[in-house]
Amino acid sequence: MNFLNGMTLLLVYQLAGEVTVRLLAVPIPGPVLGMVMLFLTLMIRGRTPEPLQNASTALLSHLSLLFVPAGVGMMAHFDRIADEWLPITLALFFSTIITMVATAGIMQVTTRWFARRQQGGDQADE
Amino acid sequence: MNEPAIRDIWVYLSTSPLLGLTITLVAYGLAYRLYLKSNSSPLVNPVVTSVAMLIAVLMVTGTSYSEYFEGGQFVHFLLGPATVALAVPLYDQFSRLRQLWLPVTISLVCGVVIAAGSSIGLAWLLGGSTEIQMSLAPKSATAPVAMGISETIGGIPSLTAVLVVATGIVGAVLGTKLFEWMRITDDSVKGIAMGVAAHGIGTARAFQVSSQMGAFSGLAMALSAFATALIVPWLVDLIGI
Repeated sequence: MNFLNGMTLLLVYQLAGEVTVRLLAVPIPGPVLGMVMLFLTLMIRGRTPEPLQNASTALLSHLSLLFVPAGVGMMAHFDRIADEWLPITLALFFSTIITMVATAGIMQVTTRWFARRQQGGDQADE
Repeated sequence: MNEPAIRDIWVYLSTSPLLGLTITLVAYGLAYRLYLKSNSSPLVNPVVTSVAMLIAVLMVTGTSYSEYFEGGQFVHFLLGPATVALAVPLYDQFSRLRQLWLPVTISLVCGVVIAAGSSIGLAWLLGGSTEIQMSLAPKSATAPVAMGISETIGGIPSLTAVLVVATGIVGAVLGTKLFEWMRITDDSVKGIAMGVAAHGIGTARAFQVSSQMGAFSGLAMALSAFATALIVPWLVDLIGI
């Protein structure tokens, strides 16, 4: 029952997200808005109910499984991929690496910069 | 058992979602066991091995993707509630996040622009068609989000889903090596980069490293899904494709 309640809650928020996105015609995917709504609810309530904790842990601990059916979809696109394999594979591979390295670099530099500034600010206060 | 009986059973199975759903879970179970046997080597990523197994089985039995997806859709559907579920680790890490909100916001916006810009740019340089460029553009966002964006900007949504999975695999397999090479030890930095570049598959990998890296990766994946939906259609307009 516990898991079921948590799962129901997740579906209710997804549904609320999907309906809102369609009513307001905003270009944000429904589940993403549902996540924002759930996050705000948790902020207001100040704690995560146990059924929700269980359902979300169960779903997120096997997140990779959920991508498998989409991955198998490759077989429906073999022709297209064979036609343009060079731009597809190289652009995908290098752009992923560029994104990973650039984001990590920017995060590293900005985190350090703000930590130093905050420390500087604290010392100035004293 | 005689041959007509086997044929009857096959006719039943190929029209029911049971087989597609069962082989998805069995393949993933085997792939996950293989992954644990390899001492959690990122090279034996369970998504890669299970997708390879499933494609092999479908090709040998002459089953089409749409027949398989009758069952596969039940697993695919759970991507939606899983996206909503990201609110929980996000909330758990909120106090850490609040301290870091400015670096996180800057890295996230830059990361999303770089992900879309570099994939469009590289595909264009290498002579890819506009359709391929648009299918690649949202590839770092999580599957349901990327498919929606791909459709709005003129890509092929189902091809985008495949590219999203491939991107996640590249990120999950190479990510930890790249961070080692860059001498990054901070789990919050690694998590943010993983989530922005490699969405849910990267996040699954991040959770294996540490729960803090996983939470940050989940956070980055959730926020970058949001940012990609807002930024990429606008970016495409700006480049003028």
